[in-house]
Amino acid sequence: MKDDPILKVDGITKFFGGIQALSDVSFDVHEGEILGIIGPNGSGKTTVVNCITGFIKKSAGHVYFRGKDISRKPPHKIADMGVTRTFQIMRPYYSLPAYKNLVIPLFSPRSKRTGGWRGGGRLGDRNTVGIDILEEIGFERDSYVPYKLAATLPTGYLKRLELARCLALKPEIIICDEIFSGLSMSEIASMVPLIERLQMEGITLIMIEHRLRELFRVTDRIMVLNFGKKLIEGSPKTIMANEEVKTAYFGSQNVEEVMDHA
Amino acid sequence: MDILIYGTINSITLALYALGFAMVYGVSRLPNFAHGALYVLSGFIAWIFLNSLGVNYFFSILAAILITGVIGALIYQFVLIRVRGMEISEIMASYAIGLAILEGLRWGGFKGMTYTLPAFISGSTEIAGVPVDYQRLVVVVVGAAVVALLWIFTHYTRIGLALRGMAQDERAALMLGIDSDLMAVTAMGFGSMLAALAAILLLPLGNIVVESGYNILILAIAVCIVGGLGSWMGAVLAAFLIGFAQILTVVYLGSHFQMVVALLAIILTLIIKPSGLFGRQKELEERV
Amino acid sequence: MTTAIQQQRKERIDRGIKVRSDSIYAVMSLRELSYLGLPRIILIVGMLVLPLVVPSIYWQRVFTICCIYALLAISFDFLAHYVGLVSLGGAFFVGTGGYLAAIANTSLGLPPWLTIPLATVVGGCLCTLLLLPCLPLRGVYFAIVSLMYPLFLARLIEALDILGGTDGIMGIDSFPNRWVEQYSLIVILLLILFGVRRLVNTDLGLVLRGVMDNDQAIRASGISVTFYKSVAVFIASSMGCLSGAFLVHIYMWSGISQFALDFSIIPIAATIVGGGGTLAGPLLGCLLLVPISELLRDFGTLRIVFYALILVAFIIFRSEGLLVYGQRKYHQFERWIKI
Repeated sequence: MKDDPILKVDGITKFFGGIQALSDVSFDVHEGEILGIIGPNGSGKTTVVNCITGFIKKSAGHVYFRGKDISRKPPHKIADMGVTRTFQIMRPYYSLPAYKNLVIPLFSPRSKRTGGWRGGGRLGDRNTVGIDILEEIGFERDSYVPYKLAATLPTGYLKRLELARCLALKPEIIICDEIFSGLSMSEIASMVPLIERLQMEGITLIMIEHRLRELFRVTDRIMVLNFGKKLIEGSPKTIMANEEVKTAYFGSQNVEEVMDHA
Repeated sequence: MDILIYGTINSITLALYALGFAMVYGVSRLPNFAHGALYVLSGFIAWIFLNSLGVNYFFSILAAILITGVIGALIYQFVLIRVRGMEISEIMASYAIGLAILEGLRWGGFKGMTYTLPAFISGSTEIAGVPVDYQRLVVVVVGAAVVALLWIFTHYTRIGLALRGMAQDERAALMLGIDSDLMAVTAMGFGSMLAALAAILLLPLGNIVVESGYNILILAIAVCIVGGLGSWMGAVLAAFLIGFAQILTVVYLGSHFQMVVALLAIILTLIIKPSGLFGRQKELEERV
Repeated sequence: MTTAIQQQRKERIDRGIKVRSDSIYAVMSLRELSYLGLPRIILIVGMLVLPLVVPSIYWQRVFTICCIYALLAISFDFLAHYVGLVSLGGAFFVGTGGYLAAIANTSLGLPPWLTIPLATVVGGCLCTLLLLPCLPLRGVYFAIVSLMYPLFLARLIEALDILGGTDGIMGIDSFPNRWVEQYSLIVILLLILFGVRRLVNTDLGLVLRGVMDNDQAIRASGISVTFYKSVAVFIASSMGCLSGAFLVHIYMWSGISQFALDFSIIPIAATIVGGGGTLAGPLLGCLLLVPISELLRDFGTLRIVFYALILVAFIIFRSEGLLVYGQRKYHQFERWIKI
């Protein structure tokens, strides 16, 4: 592992009109690790993702990817460099079959350069590569699932499709925005091995999550945001023991009682 | 010096053209492409009242303003309200209506250069050595008054505040009990009346020609884009910018280039700052 | 005896023959092949035969003009329903292509079979360049700017008295003979129609449709939305310039009237009447509207009022268009079923 962080976020601040959504958020991400970002609703987690990936212009601050400043780049350029993301509100191409959903990312310049996931540097027929990626992700090839319209797929498959769309770009970083939300326990249980496999492939992951138990299974470094400020960064134990974190999630009265019941 | 005078006159003229469009867009996000048509229509209505019906001047122009306002409101109520929210359909529908009105007028015999409205006061005077018609002075005075009144109206009266509230945030306005459909119709009515007002002020300076419907539309849109779609004060400021730019071009380059200025203004705005001077519209909606 | 109120709803199901002919096995059966092929064959044969059966040269000319409008209408439909950009100024493309062809012909002395491709490509580039500033922005701006360019350019030419001013450029060569003129246009039109229909199903076409539906996801996939919008605009404007270039060679004259409203409004009306999204619907719409326009020519500008009102009616009542209706009937049948 390199010593320099693969992604360095430095002092991001974002104002939406009069509301300060993010206030001087800084953190580093090291290559090959999984960083979790948690925080109560409205703490600015998705805004951080949007700022890093260029979907929203920052009011202040910088983002460095492998040392290069990507603060001012448009979203497609950032994705082209290998920093990809999923969307919390899913955006598949509903009117297309699942595998066609992947044809579009495979059309991008980055896919042409890298050959997509599993490609050896040359992109073959996009339909085939799309189906291959879906199979890796967990769509059963022999069933008709890859050929079904995205509008007819259940949430679990759609979440995997979101990941697949990132994978089609052979990414270096995937920022997963609440990828476990809306899934049943068994669906999450089957996603976790997938996440671990991605990490083994060498992809760095940043996971924004509400489902703390599942998150703590896959990662051991967490950052907590509250009201746009970074509260603390550390291992799950440290985080959960921290008073400020408890206050942020539960409010300030009778914390012990609430914790005992939870 | 004459640049200053003519520049001011031109700017207020442009502001008058644009205010109606800006108001309708600001309140109901409707790009009213029938704006130019309503302008010309009100001119012809005034002409008909004055010449064919023999009504006196004051009542003719009053009738023109009111009737145009009602027509505008009716157009909104019966046609445009059904496509509310779908921007492209709104543009096509309002454009088609404007087209129908203008070409209908043309077919109905209102061709040629023979239709005029008399000026309020004829004759001219000199200001600081520059000859200026009284009518143009009237335009400037009334125009400035309209802008001031509009400001007062939207800041101090109930309906005006309701319109402003809707312009800023429609959902919040709905929650406060403001009927957005009714307000949108009202805005369209007001916008049409502003167009009619501009018409009766400015048409006496020339003839009533159907062609000018398209020109007015182009100029109004240019001013509103530069000023920021949805901002009334931005439209006024932009009118001054473009107005003076046009006069400077006429003085230094020749009068053919006036339209080019408007076109360049639009293109430059879209390239440099698409939301315009005071635009509240984000050019790429941040809908992530 | 009780009378129960039957609750029913309409259900639309694909016809059996459609389902059978959806897969490759359609080639096994003549019946299914003809189900698929018949509409297309009728279209092609119909278009090729039409000039031979119309009563007079006047109507042949009308048919030619109809083909020109059809090219514009297909480009409008392509932009509006497959890329999400509404172009309210088809006249912009026609005028640009027309003037370019005229200049190439009169000043450079090139013959029609060179000026037309030249005008198409150069015109396409020029129009795309001029429309570039509004491509990164919301669709409203594209509609506004595309509407205004023809109005501007017409006034500009008139005011500056360049490119022939109000008289226009005259003395442009025409085609060797009437039949070349007629059939080259028809063949090109059919090629473009089927070409664009294929295009929207290729990977590029998918990206363009993605741009319309879901552009944030496209950006997240590392694809530049502005670039692909420009590609689409280039394709559409080239088609428009092509039709403009043909037009000036047919009329042997190029003038401001090419920026006229007809060229902006009729493609839109034809698309909406004929069925948006089908690419063949606009062709059908033109076949209907243009002859009617000719018949109404005596009424002067009333016909524009007529189109405008049809347009408004269709927009408000959100009709699906003739071809879409026809396709639905052809492919599906409806029945009432009990709830």
